[in-house]
Amino acid sequence: MADRPLKVLIAKPGLDGHDRGAKVLARGLRDEGFEVVYTGLRQTPDMVVTAALQEDADVVGLSILSGAHMTLVPKVTAKLREAGMDDVLVVVGGIIPDDDVTELKKVGVAETFGPGTTIAEVADYLRAHARPRS
Amino acid sequence: MVAGTGRERAADADALVDAALAGDRRALARILTAVENRTPVAELALRRLYPLAGAAHLVGITGPPGAGKSTLVAALIGAAREAGRAVAVVAVDPSSPITGGALLGDRVRMQSYATDGDVFIRSMAARGHAGGLASTSTAAAAVLDAAGFDLILLETVGTGQSEVEVAAAADTTVVLEAPEMGDEVQAIKAGLLEVADIVVVNKGDRPGAQRTASQLRAMLVAVGRAGGGVRNGAGARSPTAAPETPPRPRPKEPEVLVTTATTGDGIPELLQSLDRHRARGHEAGDTPARLARAEAQVWAILADRLRAELHVPANRETTDATIRQVAAHELDPFAAADQLLAGIRLENPSRR
Repeated sequence: MADRPLKVLIAKPGLDGHDRGAKVLARGLRDEGFEVVYTGLRQTPDMVVTAALQEDADVVGLSILSGAHMTLVPKVTAKLREAGMDDVLVVVGGIIPDDDVTELKKVGVAETFGPGTTIAEVADYLRAHARPRS
Repeated sequence: MVAGTGRERAADADALVDAALAGDRRALARILTAVENRTPVAELALRRLYPLAGAAHLVGITGPPGAGKSTLVAALIGAAREAGRAVAVVAVDPSSPITGGALLGDRVRMQSYATDGDVFIRSMAARGHAGGLASTSTAAAAVLDAAGFDLILLETVGTGQSEVEVAAAADTTVVLEAPEMGDEVQAIKAGLLEVADIVVVNKGDRPGAQRTASQLRAMLVAVGRAGGGVRNGAGARSPTAAPETPPRPRPKEPEVLVTTATTGDGIPELLQSLDRHRARGHEAGDTPARLARAEAQVWAILADRLRAELHVPANRETTDATIRQVAAHELDPFAAADQLLAGIRLENPSRR
């Protein structure tokens, strides 16, 4: 029982319908040995946080391609904090300008992953930084 | 990771249980994680929670992949919420036999109730357990039961013909079929359909749904009626001997319903049928399903304890040596098991 799989919630907040990337990542992390909860498209920040809470996720991965990351992501991290889940590792995938990355990290995002990131890089990062629940 | 001493663990478990019983969903989620990971906290929490459980209606939802289990669960959540009932879902998906990873995708269909405070959805990976559920699903259901959820839906992995474990885990077992999945011969094979209390032909808007339902009705219900006769009446047994032999297990006579989970057609009828089955269970004292569930839980814990006992430092060497003897064919596995059991009885005054 030593090596518990990390539980990763993959969510797509916002209104864009481009979920191929999120699905590929979900599948890739499955192959890397993670337990991946995939929640699907058009999630509100409340939906993401409730799902993370009920699933007791170690990691919340947000995929955003609509450009709305500066509106949506801070709401998610704030609501996670409100729910007492500030120990959950939050990562964001998408096309995010460098200035925004700095801002997102200030509101509690651990890391962002842009185009060209490999599944292995994401997996290694999560294994190194997520704290598994007992 | 909280390693900690036994006393710290007990305090952790107590605090989590108190919070969960007070309605703290995060604490509830953490207890479920402990249960899934089979930590010491889980045992401590379950010891407090189990006596508080037993009031919920545990409904197993099973059937082949793609039959619409998750969509049906979502529709049932909706109908139950309209009736003011608090609903919990334990949705199991398979773990990879190769990497141990899993893709848990059942929530995708249950988005309408994502933020309803009286709905709690938890995905579980089967983690190598083969019966259609995770080995900890029954315990997870007991936790949710104790937390006050009135209807608990246990959704299995997509099943084939023989993953019947859910029937022991649930009070009422619903087996889903899609239209045109097979002929009458499929319906009379032993296995999954036999454990159904309710058979649902989902995707009722597809051609052939009603025909599939009538075929299932004809084959399942007719066989059920003839039950005792067909199974006992082959003439091998003399009529005078019959009263002394224990009653043969009788096949169930499942109700067959047609639903279209995507539109909600047939869902109120299914909920009524579930309630009727629950009421019948109460009248009968719920015995068979609950006894099976209790037995499965106790046996699983006994097996775990036995395995753990054989691996405590005092016993480990003997255990390993005995197993090596079996590997070398110096000892047969039955004798090995007998020896190990005898050893435990002799030198195990206390473990904890």
